[in-house]
Amino acid sequence: MSRKFFISLLVAVAGLAVQPVLAETPSQILTSMASSAKAVGGYKGFSAVSGEQFFKSKHGGELSCSACHTDNPAAMGKHVKTSKAIQPLAPSANAERFTDPTKVEKWFKRNCHDVLARVCTPQEKGDVLAYLLTVK
Amino acid sequence: MKLKFQNIFNMFAVALLLTGGMMSVAQAEHDDDDERIPVAKNALWQTECGSCHVAYPPRLLPAESWRAVMSGLDKHFGSDASLDTKAAKEIGTFLEKNAGSSRYQSSGKPDLRITETRWFLREHDKVADRVWKNPKVNSPANCAACHTQADSGNYSEHSIRIPK
Repeated sequence: MSRKFFISLLVAVAGLAVQPVLAETPSQILTSMASSAKAVGGYKGFSAVSGEQFFKSKHGGELSCSACHTDNPAAMGKHVKTSKAIQPLAPSANAERFTDPTKVEKWFKRNCHDVLARVCTPQEKGDVLAYLLTVK
Repeated sequence: MKLKFQNIFNMFAVALLLTGGMMSVAQAEHDDDDERIPVAKNALWQTECGSCHVAYPPRLLPAESWRAVMSGLDKHFGSDASLDTKAAKEIGTFLEKNAGSSRYQSSGKPDLRITETRWFLREHDKVADRVWKNPKVNSPANCAACHTQADSGNYSEHSIRIPK
């Protein structure tokens, strides 16, 4: 066995070990977002229509969510700066999306900073997920 | 008898020379090939650094540069790329451990952009302006636009395809 192959094998095994467990479904994550929204106060259910508008609008800066994820979240996206391909965001097109709560929070934190220069509220996050769940 | 011993000695000397020669050829190949697949890999580095861009090989920046990059991830070239403390520590350690030499630094301060290091500029000095401006390339950070195997760490000249 060559050293390179052995190392590749090690990397593959290590990769398997850190694969996120698909612990939750998107609807479970939506439910937990609803609990957070209720805790903040003023929660009146999530709206896919508001989510779509939020997703496709700029929020005072140069970017919108759709700048990288495109206007069709079921399609491949492209990083606006590096041109790196981004896998589809809609769970209908990509079963891995919204199944790992830690990953969901990590990306909302980063991307809300880039798009809105602040964190998103649980209402906003829930609206966006409600919208993404309607995308076929 | 003396002659026989001389023969054996000669054969031994030739064998030794040959072995030495082969070893130095192998060594030279290893040292000279800058595009060789970087052996250093780390699963977390691959996933995290590779989610917005190619996971750039650690040897392309010196340790002090990686330290500076990792301490400013919340403002990473205009994007928030923050990591939790545990992940940042593992990746930072991996990057510094496998970092490159600082001899390619362009100035006294640590280079943060690989594309501004003297090494990068020299390697790419024959790339025409129109290639950089091609929308399919878009940014010099987009290694994979031309280095078709960049995702797997292979920057060999054989895998370069300049997009039309």
